[in-house]
Amino acid sequence: MFDRVGTAVLAAFAWLGDVSLFGLRALGEFFLPPYEPREIVRHIYEIGWRSAPLIAISGLAIGVVLSMHTRASLERFGAEAMIPAGLAIALIRETGPLVTALLVAGRVGAGIGAELGAMKVTEQIDALEAVAVDSFKFLAVTRIVACILAMPLLTTITDFCGIIGGWLAEYAASGMSWRLYFSRAFSLIEFRDFIPATMKTAVFGLIIGTIASYLGFTTTQGTEGVGRASTRSVVLASILIIVTNVVLVRLIFLVYPAGV
Amino acid sequence: MSGDQTSADFEAVARGVSASREEPEKARPSATAIRLEHLSKAFAGRRVLDDITVDVPEGTAFCLLGRSGTGKSVTLKHIIGLLKPDAGRVLVHGTDVSSLRRRELAAVRKGMGFLFQSAALFDSITVGENVAFPMRRHTDWPARRIREVAQARLAAVGLERDFDKMPSELSGGMRKRAGLARAMALDPDILLVDEPSAGLDPITSREIDDLLVTLKQQGTTIVVVTHNIPSARHIGDELAMLHDGRIIARGTAAELDRSDHPLVRAFMQSEGAG
Repeated sequence: MFDRVGTAVLAAFAWLGDVSLFGLRALGEFFLPPYEPREIVRHIYEIGWRSAPLIAISGLAIGVVLSMHTRASLERFGAEAMIPAGLAIALIRETGPLVTALLVAGRVGAGIGAELGAMKVTEQIDALEAVAVDSFKFLAVTRIVACILAMPLLTTITDFCGIIGGWLAEYAASGMSWRLYFSRAFSLIEFRDFIPATMKTAVFGLIIGTIASYLGFTTTQGTEGVGRASTRSVVLASILIIVTNVVLVRLIFLVYPAGV
Repeated sequence: MSGDQTSADFEAVARGVSASREEPEKARPSATAIRLEHLSKAFAGRRVLDDITVDVPEGTAFCLLGRSGTGKSVTLKHIIGLLKPDAGRVLVHGTDVSSLRRRELAAVRKGMGFLFQSAALFDSITVGENVAFPMRRHTDWPARRIREVAQARLAAVGLERDFDKMPSELSGGMRKRAGLARAMALDPDILLVDEPSAGLDPITSREIDDLLVTLKQQGTTIVVVTHNIPSARHIGDELAMLHDGRIIARGTAAELDRSDHPLVRAFMQSEGAG
């Protein structure tokens, strides 16, 4: 029993080590030519721009729901005036980044895992190498970098749409004007609330891109393997995002203690 | 493809070839284009190649025969550096590709074309873009010239009307021909071809064989993996038969016809398309 658990734990650490090396290699190779700017821009479009509608609608819905919950809680203390600020802080510091990362892990992580997995099993990755193209750089580095760059932008969209959603809910409940709502929402927000929380999503982008690319590159066993790479990309990236978030939040509070 | 059309296509591809030959200078350091030296490879404990030694002179065609799963494709993948040998060396124009670093290997690969058994077309771009892809990556030719050369390569394999189609719209045989057009894109010194006639009708198969012979006559070194004995007889200057990881017979088609080995004789007498 202990043997089996021990073996599984060791295998998990070995896997994590392989994935970490894959990600670090990708970061290192980004700074070496050829830089593949066209591929990076294409993937930012695919990963970022094409995720924007999903992100915007989700942000809007989350804003509405958060506003309703916040109202239900703060009404008891007669502190309805704090609803916009409370919602904005919750969204910008935590809900926006985490929800965006999980949504992108679902949409993009699955896509990258499946696409690269299919390329692996149909020898397209070998074909790239055969025409003297560095497949790791062309396929993995470009996608990982695009995830890193797109995540903060998408998080900003979630935050913005969430605040709009919060105002819509508040307007329906109390008729609060958007001017008053926004002035209250941003009254307590500082750059140190927005910048570290938004920038940490670049790490989430690194996690999503790295895990999905790694699983795609190591796909075996045909179409069944492609499906497995796709599913595992979402599951493992989501778990790692949630766990890493704990560490990152702790680090942010260490760097910005006044924010505690 | 009609006969006249094929001749016109060959002229077109020949023009494309001679035009593109002005650009990348071909290396001619030795008379041996490819040398496999005591090459061995095993997968999961199963020995696929066992001490293989082969020389392929420049400008000749070498056909590798053998039953399915005997390591023919594995041999081709060693030549282009997709696989590393467990033992032995793979020399291309005198350079040991198995010891090269990534960038050096890429430089060697620019002089080689590879047709995969599955064709391995990039399925997210059109057939024309597949053929243009190596030129876009490795030449500074203007887009118009790249398109013209890509069209000439596709015409050479009878796919001139399929430039804008997606690979998923092609039949297996058409994909194979598109893969061959992509392999020829940079006018390589060495062309590695895995089962060129698989999935093709006999007439198209013969035309592809003729194209390979034309390329050989223009100086390209060709290594063909095939089950198709008539095709091997037509293309190959030298044939070799791989069995249980070893080369059991080697020579011209006439020499293999006279082999005492029952498997070789059986193979050489099977005239059906592979």
